[in-house]
Amino acid sequence: MLTLKQITKAFNEGTLDEKVALKHINLTLEPGDFVTIIGSNGAGKSTLMNIISGRLTPDTGEVIIKGENVTNMSEHERARYIGRVFQDPMAGTAPNMTIEENLALAYNRTMKRTLRFGVTKKRREFFKETLQTLQLGLENRLNAKVGLLSGGERQALSLLIATFTKPHLLLLDEHTAALDPARAQLITELTKQIVEKERLTTLMVTHNMEQALQLGNRLIMMDRGQIIFEASGKEKEKLTVEKLLQEFQRIRGSQFASDRAVLV
Amino acid sequence: MLTALFSSVEAGLLYAIMALGVYLSFRILDFPDLTVDGSFVTGAAVASVLIVNGTNPFLASFAALLAGFLAGCATGLLHTKGKINPLLSGILMMIALYSINLRIMGKPNVPLLQQETVVTIISDWWKGIGVDQALANIIPSFVPKTWAIVIVMFLFVIVLKMLIDLFLKTEIGLALRATGDNKKMIASFSGNTDQLTIVGLGISNALVAFSGALIAQYSGFSDIGMGIGMIVIGLASVIIGEALFGARTIARATFAVIGGAIVYRIVITLALRIQFLETGDVKLITAFIVIMALILPQFLSARMEKRRKLQAEKRGESVANSQTDYKSV
Repeated sequence: MLTLKQITKAFNEGTLDEKVALKHINLTLEPGDFVTIIGSNGAGKSTLMNIISGRLTPDTGEVIIKGENVTNMSEHERARYIGRVFQDPMAGTAPNMTIEENLALAYNRTMKRTLRFGVTKKRREFFKETLQTLQLGLENRLNAKVGLLSGGERQALSLLIATFTKPHLLLLDEHTAALDPARAQLITELTKQIVEKERLTTLMVTHNMEQALQLGNRLIMMDRGQIIFEASGKEKEKLTVEKLLQEFQRIRGSQFASDRAVLV
Repeated sequence: MLTALFSSVEAGLLYAIMALGVYLSFRILDFPDLTVDGSFVTGAAVASVLIVNGTNPFLASFAALLAGFLAGCATGLLHTKGKINPLLSGILMMIALYSINLRIMGKPNVPLLQQETVVTIISDWWKGIGVDQALANIIPSFVPKTWAIVIVMFLFVIVLKMLIDLFLKTEIGLALRATGDNKKMIASFSGNTDQLTIVGLGISNALVAFSGALIAQYSGFSDIGMGIGMIVIGLASVIIGEALFGARTIARATFAVIGGAIVYRIVITLALRIQFLETGDVKLITAFIVIMALILPQFLSARMEKRRKLQAEKRGESVANSQTDYKSV
């Protein structure tokens, strides 16, 4: 579903601040794969997400989605294939527009926008049904502005509108990191439900090792722009936080040290 | 006095079209677009020159609308493709349009006094249907020269407002609003924010130029300096309108902007009746009105907040008192 070939990306080349964010990354996601990516700050996780979504173009390498080379396709064109949820709960929805208008915006992701009405009677019914799956009562607040919702509600809505049009690929960029533990747990549960129900091919970046172990069928650990560890299926199910940390030390020969607190 | 107020309502309705354009850029796209000072004159210039050369005034006004659309698109291109900051894109386009407008007109002022214009056509047609006489019988105390402009323009502006309201509910309209509300979000839902910004600014300036074309025909000339401070007048209309009439929904906000444009004209007319103020002071008064409209709501809401808290505290005390009363009983 997604293939990354030899992706390299450097910032500030030729200056003292040069930083190679990604070094020859190769990764393939089969349809239905749910891959979690962990790694410390500066490991290149966000850069990787931005290259897949088209916010950044790689220096070398190719991004292939469902057999199509999209390396040079602009962000908004590529969005036809990709659903995204961001870390910031404010980022995934339009605050001054109503809940149903936000759904209508997302509904148009895969089609050309026209001068037809964004919210029709038929669509409204569909939006209501879809919102009911969240069990947050948002289906009764279709005309409320999204800016009035709480952070958790907004992130749940972001997740819903990113997925209800069944994208080929779902990108989750630390989408629970800015929420309090209870809300984060709610969003994690919703993520699990939605991805399973729609069988979405998913790539999730997280800082939280527990979450990375709890979700998905594959796990990738990144460090300094490279994929340094990968586990899938049964192997992944047997992993624990301690084992992951040991693995990291074995490969890199250094302590997670300051990161440990953040990651656990 | 009444006559002066009447003509300020007339002018207000014509300027309301410009204010709706400013609303689209300033509020919907969140883009403070200074192109307006230039594109208003572009509209006036294109219409005037075409009319003087014998073009049908309706066609000439439509051409003005198209010219404004192009000017807005140019600003949009500067910002999106040229990556120039919004304010600077507008200023650059405004200054470029000054020269372009002079080229269009060929001289700084084009009189339209003996020409057939949209205004004269409407007035002549109006005379034929005799509504003025009927109204003079109903309201004998106030007989203006003609009701034609006020009534026809009112209906036109309302239709225009409703078209804008409807447009902002279409799929493209929603994407346009999202571009001003959350660019990152709409980009992740396959909205081409560059294209939307360009089209949005185009529509905004099309309205502004159309308003300029009508004002030129209403006042009987177009002048190279007639756009100076137009963006501030537009902002004044938007801000005053929103403060007076509210802006909870799009339909409400566009109504408020029209109201704001009319109220602004009335305020200026009244202010100029004060003895020591001169016609040249209009821009100063405008700036003052905008500043007041921006500061007063903050000041008022701060006071309301304080009063609300004070009352809440008092209520808290009375609750506490009633509790002690209860204990003593």
